[in-house]
Amino acid sequence: MDGIHDMGGMHGWGSVVIDPDEAVFAEPWEAKAFAFGALSARLTGMNLDAMRHAIDRQHPYDYLVDGYYGRWLGAVETMLVDSGVLPPGAVEARARRLRGEDVAEPAPSEPHKPDYQPTGAGSIRQIDDPTAFAVGQTVRARHWSHPGHTRLPRYVRGRTGAVVAVQPSQVLPDTHAHFIAESAQHVYAVRFASTELWGPDAEPFELTIDLYESYLEPA
Amino acid sequence: MTADPRTRDLPGPALRAEALESLLVERQLIDPKVVDGLINRYAHDVGPLNGAKVVAKAWTDPEYKARLLADGTAAIAELGFSGPQGEHIVIVENDTDLHNVVVCTLCSCYPWPVLGLPPAWYKDPAYRARIVREPRTLLAEMGLTLDESVKIQVWDSSSEVRYFVLPQRPPGTEGLSEEELAALVTRDAMVGVAEVAAP
Repeated sequence: MDGIHDMGGMHGWGSVVIDPDEAVFAEPWEAKAFAFGALSARLTGMNLDAMRHAIDRQHPYDYLVDGYYGRWLGAVETMLVDSGVLPPGAVEARARRLRGEDVAEPAPSEPHKPDYQPTGAGSIRQIDDPTAFAVGQTVRARHWSHPGHTRLPRYVRGRTGAVVAVQPSQVLPDTHAHFIAESAQHVYAVRFASTELWGPDAEPFELTIDLYESYLEPA
Repeated sequence: MTADPRTRDLPGPALRAEALESLLVERQLIDPKVVDGLINRYAHDVGPLNGAKVVAKAWTDPEYKARLLADGTAAIAELGFSGPQGEHIVIVENDTDLHNVVVCTLCSCYPWPVLGLPPAWYKDPAYRARIVREPRTLLAEMGLTLDESVKIQVWDSSSEVRYFVLPQRPPGTEGLSEEELAALVTRDAMVGVAEVAAP
């Protein structure tokens, strides 16, 4: 989806400050949000790509205001509600009760986890299909998008680069996040010149990004 | 106009996390001990010291370095480091002519087994937006001014491959032990927004 999360190349953000004394978790709740996120696939019958999509789907306002672990917390809540493990509104109602408000909690829901089992651990899969592209070949990132999950960012779409490595084949996030199929594909490290991405006045540099086979076409 | 989607008096994240935990515990869906174990592991045990050991070994053991560059995941596992977000780790080596820097523009993918959880700057929208567009400018703002002759290679972690930068060994460190070298290696150098400074 073309959402707020797809940030590569956006203007207007200002500078980046490194805090050398940063704690791993700034607040105790961030640690909890991390742990719930790490356990979310197990709790909901979903997977890492579905969790990323639950983050991507948050309203842009929330996405920016909540920060990294706030987004994790929101994504876990979304996954728990989507899978019926918790009814809609359960977290907010409980949180309000915790601060002393007299609000009713929603009735428990019937879990309806996705009827979908991964064929193995992690995302790497062995596939027998021949590779469509070879190292050194010129390829173009497809100029398409869809409202579901994808790992094809806007800033490379329609741009031409060269395959520099064939990576391990992996489940396709676009279908795996939606419990359609693993659709494991070859993945290619594709290198782009900065001028191809950002025009003739770009800083000179190169950028390499991993792209799934169906994101690419011959150029 | 897009309406502000958030109820103004919505409980904040600390209360929501507490609420979520109580709902999951009362349904016996999570074990607080498992939650605490995960938190402790990433707060204390899995961090950039792991990556620093990998770098120091690569600097002092040419055979290890060759294995690391050929198969990062396996060579890192030799030192006992593996786990989530480390399914396939590729090492990219800096030298006098080439500087590598890593980002994840779409979320904040990061090689947890060697670096732990990502720091705030790595997750900052400004970093995710700008490092793929004006890396030399942004690196200079972050304290790393590269000579114009040094080429920059940016790696956007968009698949489950994780990239790990092998920084250059600083001059004047010939006599140092692996342990002493590891103490010099910083997290930021292993992502590519800093160099390793001589002692």
